[in-house]
Amino acid sequence: MTALVSIRRLRKNFDRFTALDGIDLEIDEGEVVCIIGPSGSGKSTLIRCINLLETFDDPGEILVGNIPVKRGKQLASVRAEVGMVFQSFNLFPHLTIRENIKLAPKRVRKVGDKEADEKAMQLLNRVGIGAQADKYPDQLSGGQQQRVAIARALAMEPKILLFDEPTSSLDPEMVGEVLDVMRQLAHSGVTMIVVTHEMGFARQVADRVVFMNEGKIVESGRPENIFDSPKENRTREFLNAVLTR
Amino acid sequence: MSITETFFNWGVLTSSFPLLLSGLRVTLLLGLVSIIAGLILGLLISLIRIYSIRPARIVAKIYIDVFRSIPILVLLIVVYYALPFVGFRLSPFMSAAFALTLVSGAYTAEIFRAGIEAIPRGQFEASQALGLSYRHMMMDIILPQAIRIVIPPLTNNCVNVVKDTALASVVAMPDLLKQATQAQALEANPTPLIFAALMYVALLWPLITLVGRLEKKYRRETAR
Ligand SMILES: Nc1ncnc2c1ncn2[C@@H]1O[C@H](COP(=O)(O)OP(=O)(O)O)[C@@H](O)[C@H]1O
Ligand SMILES: [Mg+2]
Repeated sequence: MTALVSIRRLRKNFDRFTALDGIDLEIDEGEVVCIIGPSGSGKSTLIRCINLLETFDDPGEILVGNIPVKRGKQLASVRAEVGMVFQSFNLFPHLTIRENIKLAPKRVRKVGDKEADEKAMQLLNRVGIGAQADKYPDQLSGGQQQRVAIARALAMEPKILLFDEPTSSLDPEMVGEVLDVMRQLAHSGVTMIVVTHEMGFARQVADRVVFMNEGKIVESGRPENIFDSPKENRTREFLNAVLTR
Repeated sequence: MSITETFFNWGVLTSSFPLLLSGLRVTLLLGLVSIIAGLILGLLISLIRIYSIRPARIVAKIYIDVFRSIPILVLLIVVYYALPFVGFRLSPFMSAAFALTLVSGAYTAEIFRAGIEAIPRGQFEASQALGLSYRHMMMDIILPQAIRIVIPPLTNNCVNVVKDTALASVVAMPDLLKQATQAQALEANPTPLIFAALMYVALLWPLITLVGRLEKKYRRETAR
C-alpha cells in the first residue's frame, strides 16, 4: 500500500537559517500523527509545506495521493484534498458561520447552494454549533470559532487534515471542547497530522508520535514508546521539561 | 447698493440660474466620470503594486508617487496645452477627466494598497488552504474586507475630485465655476459666484458627513 502523504528529503532554508533539515515521513490513510517538539523546531514549517503555504528547497519532494506538491495546475487539487486548521482560527470575519463553511465547496467543488447549505448545517451540528450558524465569527468564543474552522476544513471532504497547534491560542477552559471534536474525528478514520503541545491528547489519540528538534525528526513511534521509553536523550529532555511543567 | 443687493441679488440669480444649473451638470458629470475611471485605474495599479513582478511593482510605485506630487492644475495645463504639440488633442472635458483620473487613480491605488495590506495574512492562508483560486480569494475574501476599510478614505477622495473639477474652468470647460464667472461678468454682479460656492458646499457637505459617520461605524465594528 502506498502512503497518502510522502515527504522525502524535505529541506527548507529561510535566508541562511535552516528550518527543515532533511525530513522523511510517510503517512498512511486513516493514520493520526502527532508532531511534538520545542518551539522553533520546524513543526509548523513542515506541515505548511504539505499544502505549499511554505515553499521548500529543490531536491526535496512531497506527494499527496501521488500528486506532487508544487506550483502549477495541480496545486489547487492538492489544496482541495488537504484541509488545514490554524492556531489563530482564520475564519472569514465578514461572512456568517454558515457562509464560512459553504464558500469553498461552492467555489472549488462547484457544489450547489442548497447542497452546500445542508452539508454545512450537518457539519456544524457535528461540531456542536448548529445553533450559531447565522452569527458572525466575532460573536463566538475562541473554542467555538476553532470548531467552526474544523467544520470549514471538513466541508471540502479533504483526504487529510492538518492542525497547527489548534488549541494554543485558546483559554484553558475551551481546550477540551476542541480536543473532543478532534478525538471524534480521529476515531471516525480521518487522516490527521497534528502539531500540538497537548501531550495527553497525543498519547491518547495518536497512532504515531513524531518528535522534532532543530529541523530534524529525532525519533518517531507509537505514543507509549515515545512517552514511556524514548530512545533519544533529546526526546527525554523535552518530555521532562513539558511534562513536569 | 446694499449687501443683499450685491451678493444675494434675486433678479440676477433667477436670470443666471439656468447657466449655473448647466454648469453644475457638467461639474457632476466630470466628477462622476473621473471618480469611476480613477477607481478602476487605482484598483489595477494597487494590485500591480502589491502582487506583480518586481519591475512592474516599481513602475506602479513611481506612478503613484509622481501623480501624487504633481499639482492637478499643472497636469491639466500640460494635458490641454502641451499634448497637442505631439498630436494628442483632447477636448476640455476629456483633458480634465484625463488629468483628474490620473491623479485620483494614484490616490486610490494607495488607499486600496493600505486596505489590502491591512488584511491579516491568515485570511490569505486560509483561502489558499481551502483551494480557492486567486480570483475567488480576492473577490470573496480579501476585497470585501478591504472595501470596508477603504470606504471612508475613498469617499474623502471623491470629495477632493469633485472640488478639483473647478480647476477645469481654466481650460474653458463650462463647469459650475466657469459658468458662474461668466454670469458674473454678464450681470456685473457677484451673486452667481456666491451661489456657485453654496452649490459646491451643498453638494459636498453630505459626503463629508458621510465620511465621518462611516469612520465611526467601522471603528465600532472592528472594536466589537
Ligand atoms: N518566514 C520566516 N522567515 C524566517 N524564518 C522563519 C520564518 N518562518 C519560520 N522561521 C524560522 O524557522 C524555524 C522553524 O519555525 P516553525 O516551523 O514555525 O517552528 P515551530 O512551529 O516548531 O515552532 C524557527 O526558528 C523560525 O524562526
Ligand atoms: Mg509553530
